[in-house]
Amino acid sequence: MSHAQGEAPLIHMEGVEKWYGAFQALTNINLSVRRGEKIVLCGPSGSGKSTLIRCINHLEGYQKGRIVVDGTVLSNSMKAIDAVRSEVGMVFQSFNLFPHLTILQNCTLAPMRVRKADRATAEATARRYLDRVRILDQADKYPAQLSGGQQQRVAIARALCMEPKVMLFDEPTSALDPEMVKEVLDTMVGLAADGMTMICVTHEMGFARQVADRVIFMAKGEIIEEAAPETFFSAPQHQRTREFLGQILQGH
Amino acid sequence: MGPTLDFSVVFDAMPLLLWGCLGTLGLAVAGIALALVIGVLGVVTRGSAMAPVRIATIAFIEIIRNTPFLVQIFFLFFALPGLGLKLNPTVTAIIALGVNGGAYAIEIIRGGVQSIPRGQTEAGLALGLHPAQVFRLIILKPALRAIYPALTGQFIMLTLTSSICSSVAAYELTSVAQRIESDTFRSFEVYFTITGLYLAMSWLLMSGFALISRRNFSYPTR
Repeated sequence: MSHAQGEAPLIHMEGVEKWYGAFQALTNINLSVRRGEKIVLCGPSGSGKSTLIRCINHLEGYQKGRIVVDGTVLSNSMKAIDAVRSEVGMVFQSFNLFPHLTILQNCTLAPMRVRKADRATAEATARRYLDRVRILDQADKYPAQLSGGQQQRVAIARALCMEPKVMLFDEPTSALDPEMVKEVLDTMVGLAADGMTMICVTHEMGFARQVADRVIFMAKGEIIEEAAPETFFSAPQHQRTREFLGQILQGH
Repeated sequence: MGPTLDFSVVFDAMPLLLWGCLGTLGLAVAGIALALVIGVLGVVTRGSAMAPVRIATIAFIEIIRNTPFLVQIFFLFFALPGLGLKLNPTVTAIIALGVNGGAYAIEIIRGGVQSIPRGQTEAGLALGLHPAQVFRLIILKPALRAIYPALTGQFIMLTLTSSICSSVAAYELTSVAQRIESDTFRSFEVYFTITGLYLAMSWLLMSGFALISRRNFSYPTR
């Protein structure tokens, strides 16, 4: 909230709608994300939360509305898509590290090919971020030689090597064994503390409480409710939010 | 009294036969290289969003895979000069082998590409790489690794198929053997020997493929 009023949001979605054939995946999505803001997106499976963040870097197209990322209007033009993708980092549920490249090469590939960084610079940057996710000692290994939690931390470092302005997380801990969830969440908490703008699709409500500025609840392709975490968890406004929280917080 | 075997003609002709082996290996390596290029490019055009490009690729694959190699090489060597394109036997043989092997390679490599999870492409795109870079830098190597035994098996077949190039008088082992046989009438000795030589060349190529695999595809996957 320290930012001046009127500063353009980093991400602005306005009346965004998306269909898969006759199925409407997103309905009238309006969302603005300020620089440095941390958003947690939650909701039942199939509610469109992954689709929403995948629209932000155009892994999914949209049919109606407008998405602006850091001043660039996201259209179908390759130039706009390139401009947006080089500023938006993404971390996937299934890590998606490149199996034939070492950890270090995974991190230097895009900076060298997209940013045209020379090898020495790219490697120095990669080592810095690998160190930050505390995995520098594995730099010369291949992804398959790392645990799931380590792989996901590498995926975070790989995205950071492009020095993005915003990071999208698509259920980053859902494919992990329980004992590895914490190391990934700790990394994300650290990133949040450093001021990174983040949009996280996650069911980790502890993480939402700890770092989110806003929690957004989606169902059936629509944003149902959004609030600061204290309000969201203690006084949800909508019946569907209460039901969802009741299910997900069971046993917590 | 039965026929007597006389391998001395084969020993006398051994330098010629070994040169023939070199000819065969030369045709094979050049043909395989061309087939690999056609195979990889064909995977791209086979999956093109432009329908004419896609359909032309499918037509090419269907024509080549459903007609005899001998007819294909005759077409290149005897029919194309009628259109004003005259090729020497070696060039004809390399093109015929490359085109034939390429048609099979497209379908094999495409299978490998399709086996790579969609998430690999998405991760590459999300990092800002272009689709062509994603294919070349991220998809291709794991895809080739996945189908490497099938692809190299096809390439061994292609090497053996090169013997058919003797029919346009390309310089290779079978044509050399035919000449020696017609000079000496020692059919059994000559063809028995080149059978062994083909076997040896297949093994040599397989060791080469194994070496390439160890150098390129030995990264751990599990």
